[in-house]
Amino acid sequence: MIEISKIIVAILILLGAFLSLVTTFGLLRLPDVYTRNHAASKAATLGIMSIMLGTFIYFYMEHGHFNSRVLLGILFVFFTAPVSGHLISRAAYNSGVKLWDKSVRDDLKKARENSKSTR
Amino acid sequence: MFQIIIAIALVCISLSMLGLIYRVIKGPSIPDRVIALDALGINLIAVIALVSIFLDTYAFLEVILLLGILAFIGTVAMAKYLEKGVIIEHDRNK
Repeated sequence: MIEISKIIVAILILLGAFLSLVTTFGLLRLPDVYTRNHAASKAATLGIMSIMLGTFIYFYMEHGHFNSRVLLGILFVFFTAPVSGHLISRAAYNSGVKLWDKSVRDDLKKARENSKSTR
Repeated sequence: MFQIIIAIALVCISLSMLGLIYRVIKGPSIPDRVIALDALGINLIAVIALVSIFLDTYAFLEVILLLGILAFIGTVAMAKYLEKGVIIEHDRNK
């Protein structure tokens, strides 16, 4: 295995682990569901994608094994993690979870009232 | 050296999974718990990738794709249940 690819893999994996820790701090410290979802669905996705890219490069460089399933996994996580974040956030709003009490704007509420009045 | 880096990353991810489990237990609303469980599933993907580097085998890499699909389906099902009360609707009987 070439030395520089080892360094690249190590950097990618440490970056992914750091982003995973950032996700957890976001989930523990942010005040309401929507901000927590904002933290979880972005940082976790990027961290896991970089860890999987590091794994792919490791097996390609060490064993010469081109594993297409890891690439498919990267693509799949990249496509579906924001979608599931959107779905769960919309479900939280529709099932009546309150915003943080210091938040100042709720544009979705206004838009819903407008669509109800025009209907 | 490389194994030590993998071990450090595994420890970081384990700590972050512990924090997520705290959020699953405490989380004031149900969507909080679902978000934390989704992030747990995604962290589990990272654990599998790191363990397969640590053991130097590529026999486990199918599990990555499988866990990604399962975490997505579970989250979508929970979101639909929270929003509509049912997961699979029976439109034909109406």
